[in-house]
Amino acid sequence: MTQTAAARLATGAEAAPAPAAEPVLAVEDLQTYFYTRRGLLKAVDRVSFSVGAGETLAIVGESGCGKSITALSVMRLVPSPPGRIVGGSVRLRGRDLLRLSEEEMRQIRGNEISMIFQEPMTSLNPVLTIGNQISEALILHQDVSRKAAMERAVEMLRLVRIPEPERRAREYPHQLSGGMRQRAMIAMALACNPKVLLADEPTTALDVTIQAQILELILELQQRLGTAVVLITHDLGVVAETAQRVIVMYAGRKVEEADVTSLFDEPLHPYTRGLMGSIPRLDMPETGTKGADRLQEIPGMVPPLNALPPGCAFAPRCAMATEKCQAEYPPYRELRPGHWSACWHAERLMAGGA
Amino acid sequence: MLSYIIRRFLLMIVTLFGMSVLIFLLLRLMPGNVADILFDAGGYIDPAERAQIEAELGLDQPIVVQYVNWIGSLLRGDLGYSYITERPAIEEIAPRIPVTAQLALWALVFSVVFGVPLGVISAVRQNTALDYVLRLISLSGLSMPSFWLALLIIMFTVQYFGYIPIYTATPQSVWESLAMYAIPAAAVGFRSSALIMRLTRSSMLEVLRQDYIRTARSKGASENAVNYHHALRNAVLPVVTIIGIEAAFLIGGLIVTETVFNIPGVARFLVESILWRDYPIVQNLVMFIAVVVVVVNFVVDMLYAVLDPRIKYSD
Amino acid sequence: MSYAGPQAQAVDHGAELARAGAHVQGWGGSVLYQARRHPLGALGLLIVAAFVLVALFAPFIATHDPLATNAASSLARPGGEHLLGADFMGRDMWSRIIYGARISLIVGIASTLLGCLLGVAVGLISGFWGGWVDLVTQRVNDVLQALPLLVLALVMAAALGPSLQNVIIAISIPVIPNVARVIRSNTLALREMPFVEAARAQGMSELRIAVLHVLPNTLAPVIVLATAQLGSAILTEASLSFLGLGIPEPYPSWGRMLSESAAEYVRTAPWLVIFPGLAISLVIFGTNLLGDAIRDILDPRERS
Repeated sequence: MTQTAAARLATGAEAAPAPAAEPVLAVEDLQTYFYTRRGLLKAVDRVSFSVGAGETLAIVGESGCGKSITALSVMRLVPSPPGRIVGGSVRLRGRDLLRLSEEEMRQIRGNEISMIFQEPMTSLNPVLTIGNQISEALILHQDVSRKAAMERAVEMLRLVRIPEPERRAREYPHQLSGGMRQRAMIAMALACNPKVLLADEPTTALDVTIQAQILELILELQQRLGTAVVLITHDLGVVAETAQRVIVMYAGRKVEEADVTSLFDEPLHPYTRGLMGSIPRLDMPETGTKGADRLQEIPGMVPPLNALPPGCAFAPRCAMATEKCQAEYPPYRELRPGHWSACWHAERLMAGGA
Repeated sequence: MLSYIIRRFLLMIVTLFGMSVLIFLLLRLMPGNVADILFDAGGYIDPAERAQIEAELGLDQPIVVQYVNWIGSLLRGDLGYSYITERPAIEEIAPRIPVTAQLALWALVFSVVFGVPLGVISAVRQNTALDYVLRLISLSGLSMPSFWLALLIIMFTVQYFGYIPIYTATPQSVWESLAMYAIPAAAVGFRSSALIMRLTRSSMLEVLRQDYIRTARSKGASENAVNYHHALRNAVLPVVTIIGIEAAFLIGGLIVTETVFNIPGVARFLVESILWRDYPIVQNLVMFIAVVVVVVNFVVDMLYAVLDPRIKYSD
Repeated sequence: MSYAGPQAQAVDHGAELARAGAHVQGWGGSVLYQARRHPLGALGLLIVAAFVLVALFAPFIATHDPLATNAASSLARPGGEHLLGADFMGRDMWSRIIYGARISLIVGIASTLLGCLLGVAVGLISGFWGGWVDLVTQRVNDVLQALPLLVLALVMAAALGPSLQNVIIAISIPVIPNVARVIRSNTLALREMPFVEAARAQGMSELRIAVLHVLPNTLAPVIVLATAQLGSAILTEASLSFLGLGIPEPYPSWGRMLSESAAEYVRTAPWLVIFPGLAISLVIFGTNLLGDAIRDILDPRERS
């Protein structure tokens, strides 16, 4: 476990482990609240999920649905005040991270759980060299000298396929392109060969052409290192290409959960259907006559978290909504094996979709 | 980086040119010209003699010619002639420069030594009792006029040490010479350190909000590593430019402090020249001060460029 | 900064929300809430308000005519007939300080207002018109900002001659570039906003857009700047008067009171040095506290 990813790959030792039966990371009933002047915001409201070694779980939703706060809660990096984790558990191989001391937690961060952030431009320290920033995690968590850490940092840069890694390690973030910076971020996150990688919209800020390369890189490294990946995105197209399981979040809650094939074959929540309407499809004829293929969007806006309706939070935007939806929050039900949804009318979707 | 230096240098030249025009025009605004004032003192004005004086001073020429003449003589190092002491201005100003420079340097050292660390501590301990106390101290420092602080210091030393820390040209001992500079420097530096402390604090807080600080935490860096390895390096960069702002700020403090402690420096000389209406001296002194401030700022910007890799390695 | 730590056993949602100010209602409520959140700012507001009241009601608070001389009470000690003592000419210190508040606040507020007004105009013009107008005003701002504030004020005061109005003008000049710079950058950002585009599409003139749409949106930064400048304007007046280039006689200016009594009375009549300086420091301290709180409240970047 003290071996770095790079070192392990260099010896070519293990093959990718098969997804284990026991999850590496198990989040249960996580509740993160924000106490603000505008009232109590339940940014993450009883969210549960788990992810096994070598597996990719996608968390999908529009911005503001609580997916990033979920990841920050796992890292215990929610700024406080105003944020606060008020309930639930985050188990890393059985150990509840929410009960650790700050000191113990620090030994987990960057070592057993790492995170990649959305903005490679602002997420790297502008006055420290790339090599310095990658080797920092190694020096913190592994008993290595500064020099050895720097050598491994160069190895990591080579691993994420940055050309001329020796030179790049001595350069500063602004000297790298956006795609290269994100590669450097990935190198930094994987330096200590973490068990879990949280990737918060890792490709959103990048050019479309670079996006695919970065995703491919993450998946490839995951295969080789056996990392459990939690991929946070608003883009269902990305999900289809990468994830094995998906949870869909809306207004701080989980609204649907399934393995990726069954979710795309038969989404059982109108919100998920709406999201799917906004993916460009190559196999479908263009809908508009003007050629400007404007994607179908879900009408309306996410309700503010401080003014959630008593019933289903999606009801105000939902074409299928009935009085019951307005009045009562739907239970979270397993409608098919491993496929859960929180919708009163999920059965109608099953009938209609299949 | 070369293009940055060239751009910054040209900007400095433009600023200095604008400054000289502004100062020149301001001084033309002043009531009466030198000839008037010289003769008013004597109570007698002979029109012929007056015309001759004006011609000598070039006051009868068009304003543009007067300006060009002035700049020409400045560039030759000719600072003109004091009408009060009847000596070349350079002889009046030159011996005063080291006095003020020493005072300014001590004050700067004082303000950086106290201001930067206390500002950092205040930011790192934001909203704790310590932060509140430090902020109150720095706000009091900014609220107290330096001349009043200087008077209080004199009052205190007289009361308890029976000693007046007033400037003497021939200090009797090393201690006396040190006290001679240290006390006024502290009076000026207290206010400046309060300014530096405030600016350092807000610079540090700004940095602590950045994304890369969160990245550092996500790597498992300790609070100390985050504050002093990741944040401080970014926060001190703007603090370097603060030293440039300081130059202008210090001069304000020096003007009143030199007056209170009776220190024969450049700053007090400016006030005296204004009160004596020795306008050629005022004009050249203000220009001198402006050049010092602008050049200090230029040097500070160059220093910043060397320290900040974003500028150093840009094309 | 701290982070959401280990999960607490029980969280009192009500108390947490009250701390965050969730139940604040109405204008009065939010003033009270801000005062509780910024106790130092509330203190500053109280200090400034006290000085304003003193200035307004000076005739009722002063015990003597601030200008009346009286040889008999020359350098009288504090207490007895003269609350804070009397100066060399026997003028009552307390009354002079009370009336001095008028000078200090009039000069401070008037020069800040004038400087802000001109600064906003310059900033709007250079931000909205751009081109060479912008270039020239920018360079002039550079020049004005490079000169030390007190030097500029000194030269201006000397050039204009000593009078109340001229001191106000002299002090307002250094304010202009500070305000203009902020307004200019705000204007540049605002002119690209959709609502300005919309107004332009409706055929509104640039001047009308600038005044009706852009100006109101720059109000918050102007208020922040104005309170920040107020203290420094009051200090500059005191410094000018101390150096003999500020408010002329017979107005009782705090700065002048200190220059009259300076070095020679330090030993013999310390009350002449202590009290006017205390008044200057206290009023500037108040405006600084208030200014900081206003900046924290209005500047979204400062919110945590």
